[in-house]
Amino acid sequence: MDHLLQHLINGLVIGSVYALIALGYTMVYGIMQLINFAHGEIVMIGAMVTITCINMLLGANVALPGIALLLLGLAMAIPVSMALGYGIERVAYRPLRNAPRLAPLITAIGVSIVLQQLATLIWGRNYRPFPAILDIKTFEIGGAVITNLQVAIIVLAILIMAALFFLIERSKLGRAMRATALNIDVARLMGVNTNTIISLTFVLGSALGAVAGVMVAANYDQAHAYMGFLIGLKAFTAAVLGGIGNLAGAVVGGLLLGIIESLGAGYLSDLTGGVLTSSYKDIFAFAVLILVLLFRPSGLLGERVAERA
Amino acid sequence: MTMANSIAGWFGVGKQGQHARLLLILLTAFMLVLPFMLSAGFDSGNSWVRTVDFALLYIMLALGLNIVVGYAGLLDLGYIAFYAVGAYLYALLNSPQIAALLPAWMMYPPLLVMLLVAAVVAGCFGVMLGAPTLKLRGDYLAIVTLGFGEIIRIFMNNLDRPINLTNGPQGINNIERVSLFGHEFGKPLEILGVQIPMVHQYYYLILAFCVLIIFVSIRLQRSRIGRAWVAIREDEIAAAAMGINTRNVKLLAFAMGASFGGVSGSLFASFQGFISPESFILMESILVLCMVVLGGMGHIPGVILGAIIVSITPEALREVVNPLQDMLLGKRVVDPENLRMLLFGMAMIIIMLLRPEGLWPSRRRKDELHPATKRITKQEDATLDEAEREHE
Repeated sequence: MDHLLQHLINGLVIGSVYALIALGYTMVYGIMQLINFAHGEIVMIGAMVTITCINMLLGANVALPGIALLLLGLAMAIPVSMALGYGIERVAYRPLRNAPRLAPLITAIGVSIVLQQLATLIWGRNYRPFPAILDIKTFEIGGAVITNLQVAIIVLAILIMAALFFLIERSKLGRAMRATALNIDVARLMGVNTNTIISLTFVLGSALGAVAGVMVAANYDQAHAYMGFLIGLKAFTAAVLGGIGNLAGAVVGGLLLGIIESLGAGYLSDLTGGVLTSSYKDIFAFAVLILVLLFRPSGLLGERVAERA
Repeated sequence: MTMANSIAGWFGVGKQGQHARLLLILLTAFMLVLPFMLSAGFDSGNSWVRTVDFALLYIMLALGLNIVVGYAGLLDLGYIAFYAVGAYLYALLNSPQIAALLPAWMMYPPLLVMLLVAAVVAGCFGVMLGAPTLKLRGDYLAIVTLGFGEIIRIFMNNLDRPINLTNGPQGINNIERVSLFGHEFGKPLEILGVQIPMVHQYYYLILAFCVLIIFVSIRLQRSRIGRAWVAIREDEIAAAAMGINTRNVKLLAFAMGASFGGVSGSLFASFQGFISPESFILMESILVLCMVVLGGMGHIPGVILGAIIVSITPEALREVVNPLQDMLLGKRVVDPENLRMLLFGMAMIIIMLLRPEGLWPSRRRKDELHPATKRITKQEDATLDEAEREHE
């Protein structure tokens, strides 16, 4: 059990990234009952834009500390992702708001493919290394190792989530968002500009996604044009696990999924006597997803909602 | 004669026996000489025949998915898993891969037995996937099926340990070709002094099964079950109120769709002679979905058209894009494969926005989705409805 702490730490780090992405899914789902398949691609594009931006700055011999370069990269990536999120909603989802349920799902898949292929055209099929600009230090806690980058990821994720909760629970915009999620028609009657609110939800979720993308890329030292699919799916699983449409649920689900995955990958080989190895790691997310949907489709924190035809 | 009438109906030819029969004869003749026209007409003719073979396999797949998505309205994003099951089943029973583990009588079964087994096993997988998930709503179902497809692929990728079942990412090699009437399909065949290459032989084999599946599809659509599927798609609660056992009927849709996929997968493995998990990635599921959506969900000729367009496009792009790039830019910037997926992604969006009924929809669906353009009197409507029932 000597690796337990290490697995927990790793799980917490990746889990907080899942949580950030899951918030994007859950906000959109809460308002529109739509799975935004393209969200994973937004995460990927956030990571790619940041890497490209940092490389350009490095190429221009800009003498800045690593952290400043990273922030500049992020400052580029977040608006790009926000614009994408806005554009996707306008082009692919808004015209279909009253269409049969299958229609926006299919366009969502289409958007996802288009973004993925565009990214491949721009950045190629190979892995992009994350530039080594950060001064990584490692700390030891009780036999487990944690880097300052990982600490930063967890802290930043907590800060962002706290800010988001404040925004949604306390601000006027947040109240309008909650109203739209509850009942879009009544919200409109109360003077809420629901179209703007929906656009803002997409924009906000995309910004979180971009930050999460950079976190993943920095944590694993690489990014890839096809990375969006898997990470998006896992984050979606996290959202479902916590109860889709529920913000706190997304956070709980994200952290839990990260830890389940990390522990599972770590101990799977020991538990099954070497039959199943850590190459089955990605199955955990799918298994969790299927089990949750079977036994508690409303998720851990979600309330049972009436089925929408 | 049902098939002839149906086909005549698709092309808008009257259903009078003669017209229908003439059309069927022309179509049959065309399909029979097609591979020879292709190999005579193009320098790289045999590779075009190969493409057509794959197009036929895709038609079978698309028709299978059409049952699930088009008729029953259940969005399945892991459909390729059933294709994989069929392919791996064929490969395992027809190659030395695990021959040592199985009793000899199980190995190298005759083609029809093999395909029947593939259909049944894939159908069981369909039920396995369907039974627990059918309570879920549309979009959840999509995600779960997607997860199921990925799980199957991950297992195929990793089942080389502890016992080497699937040979992992390297895939299975040395798969025996089909043998029929004592003739092995890999060997050259000469009939009446005409050399028939391997791709041509497979063309006729796959075509035969493709026609069978089209026939089954037509019959299913007009059957009680087919109408039950459509009823569920349109309104599940109303369907249940009409006495349809929605759960069983949906399971049947999954099983039928999956068994089509299984048969198609087996033929694929035997044609290709080699399979690996790479052939069964999510993108393939999405491609098949794209065929169904593009052509027209729930309409057999539309789905066939969609499958043909989607499977021929990459070859056509390869022929056009690379020379064009060489000519204009002097170097290759864009990978045709990339461009193909980009086009399909955009096509899915545009179709859903502008023409959700697909390129070749059934008349009823078109009217449903464009009520404004409908200028039909009540009486005409009744006759139309009847004609529709006759044609489909």
